[in-house]
Amino acid sequence: MDFDLILRVYPFFLKAALVTIELAVLSISLGLACGALGAYARLSRTAVLRFIGATYVSVIRGTPALIQLFILYFGGPQVGIQLDAFSAGVIGLGINIGAYMTETMRGAIISVDKGQMEASRTLGMSRWQTMRKVILPQAARLMIRPLGVNINAQIKGTALVAAISVVELTYTAQRYIGSTYKPFEMFFLAGIIYMVIIYGAGVGVSWLDRRARIN
Amino acid sequence: MAPEWVFPGSTGGRGSIERFQYKHGGAEMGLDFSVVPEYFDQLLLGSFWTIAVMLVSAVISFFGGIILAVIALYAPAIIRYPFRAFSFVFMGTPLLLQLFLIYFGLIQIGIDLPAFVAGVIGLGLHFAVYNSDIIQAGILAVDKGQYEGARTLGLSKGQTIRKIIVPQAVRTVTPPIGNNMVALLKDSALVSVIGVTELTLSSQLAISNTFRPFEFYVAAAACYYVINLGLEFGLRRIELRIQAAR
Amino acid sequence: MPVKQQDKAMPNEQPFIDVRHAQKQFGELEVLKDISLQVQKGQIVAIIGPSGSGKSTLLRAINDLDPLTSGEVWLEDKQVNKKLPHRQYEKHINKVRQDIGMVFQHFNLFPHLTVRQNITLAPKMLKDIPDAEANKLAEEQLARVGLSDRIDFYPSQLSGGQKQRVAIARALAMKPKVMLFDEATSALDPELVEEVNLAMKALAAEHMTMLIVTHEMGFAESVCDRVLFMDEGVVVEEGPPGVIFKNPKSDRTRNFLRKHLGG
Repeated sequence: MDFDLILRVYPFFLKAALVTIELAVLSISLGLACGALGAYARLSRTAVLRFIGATYVSVIRGTPALIQLFILYFGGPQVGIQLDAFSAGVIGLGINIGAYMTETMRGAIISVDKGQMEASRTLGMSRWQTMRKVILPQAARLMIRPLGVNINAQIKGTALVAAISVVELTYTAQRYIGSTYKPFEMFFLAGIIYMVIIYGAGVGVSWLDRRARIN
Repeated sequence: MAPEWVFPGSTGGRGSIERFQYKHGGAEMGLDFSVVPEYFDQLLLGSFWTIAVMLVSAVISFFGGIILAVIALYAPAIIRYPFRAFSFVFMGTPLLLQLFLIYFGLIQIGIDLPAFVAGVIGLGLHFAVYNSDIIQAGILAVDKGQYEGARTLGLSKGQTIRKIIVPQAVRTVTPPIGNNMVALLKDSALVSVIGVTELTLSSQLAISNTFRPFEFYVAAAACYYVINLGLEFGLRRIELRIQAAR
Repeated sequence: MPVKQQDKAMPNEQPFIDVRHAQKQFGELEVLKDISLQVQKGQIVAIIGPSGSGKSTLLRAINDLDPLTSGEVWLEDKQVNKKLPHRQYEKHINKVRQDIGMVFQHFNLFPHLTVRQNITLAPKMLKDIPDAEANKLAEEQLARVGLSDRIDFYPSQLSGGQKQRVAIARALAMKPKVMLFDEATSALDPELVEEVNLAMKALAAEHMTMLIVTHEMGFAESVCDRVLFMDEGVVVEEGPPGVIFKNPKSDRTRNFLRKHLGG
């Protein structure tokens, strides 16, 4: 293992890691928003909304994320959407993970005991009031762990934007493999950084999870 | 004009990612799906290779998963720990990075594999690790009493595992592994980056002639969606078969 | 089947709760078969019968939690299960339900809220009561069920009997006109049943109108003015507890009581 090389190039990897983190944070935020909207749609009383939500989930989860990115970035200009690679990456990844988060959120909401809704309705609260004060607070606690799994997957998913030339961690690793012909070292370097990022995110999620349970 | 496309199996040699990345030179404005039918057979062939990649990787990931799970659970510590570390690394890094490692790493140690082979090894290994995780959980979930009951009857460790534990674990394990198969199908698109002419790369070749990325990527998406439907249908039938065999 | 009322010293002729030809269908199964029932203000009615007789369904039809397939439910001068377009129905039913309190077999307390918050949530939200007043209200209701010292506990920190009493206090905080009890003690360990019964007896003594679905024959006998025996979706027999429990007219009633008495 050529450690000299690693010591020489790691600053570039760290810079790229920042881009990866940025991508992750932004796309996860977008994903959470899409997930919330999607869950709202899927649980709506209006059949049209339910259909849109289900279609969103089905199509996005049924096709590769890479293709979705390509459609957005390469195909976008044809329909008037001109995005730089980074933005396309964030939006594409965000919409993609949003579909998975929709199901996670919906699952958590559904799993709240039916009796909770009954008790609240019996007291005279409306469906929406019940959601706000009784169901969602409980569902939020239930969602944290599964969303953590989604987040974990998303951090690795940011690697896809290497295929549209965003200079993040995987792209950088590949660049250096190409110029130094030392794939193991570059994989090692990039791999460690990814694992650190994922570990950090995992710690954050666990902390949130614990805080939510204290009540 | 019939495009020349590369038979999966060419290596393309070493190089940076741009070498394999399809260069999308300018696109036409607006949409015109009528160009798609011309390239049906190309897309069809691409789909065929996608399915081939998926099936081979699935087999590798399935059996690999079992082997890794057995090692992780039952092997002596000297072997167990390195494998656990290996699994940890593979679960903590992106698939694309792993594909690059395998493809270029093998070249570096002198093994020049066709992209197809490198691709299925990468996919297979990646999902083998995830599957092994699931299988381990499934095996551990089988009640301890089952194991004890079998051993007290005189069955050996191996016999117990094979005849008592595994059949029960299979029932628990089938749905999550099914999900992994679906993920495998979608991730197969990544091997286009190392040059396998599956569906994604095939559409890129069509785009190189027509300059209509939107239409062809959407067409590719539709193909993936359909293949996915077929896959899910098949998986559900397998699941039902397994649940029914009581 | 027309039913004889027990007048509870109320000169008022209009029934407080009026169920007219209630019918409930679950697919093939007819759970309620043309039941009519009238309850006067201040009456305490017990509904007994085997599982599957429809007693819970009947109770839950009164606040439209399980809507009837056909038939009407009236509370005083308002029809509870009025057929309205969705939005208006929601507004209507939410308003009506404030007058009907319900206590469930499995308590259904809100686990993420303290006892205090459980009780004050609905009054604050629906009646715009300011915090200070709401707190006072919570304290009063808790005192009624004897749990004042637990006001800032979480439901998970309470025993089953305590949870149910909190549930009762929560329902009472909305100042309902009638209280519905759906097998309120069925999920409790035997030694915890008594405290809930006491709370219910206290309510009865205050002349609250109560409908109680229960398996506790002893309790029904001691507290209630009327007992309804239901089986297979119909009211087989009804009358004062003295009659029903000591001298039932119908054989089905007799058989049921023989199997169940001991408690």
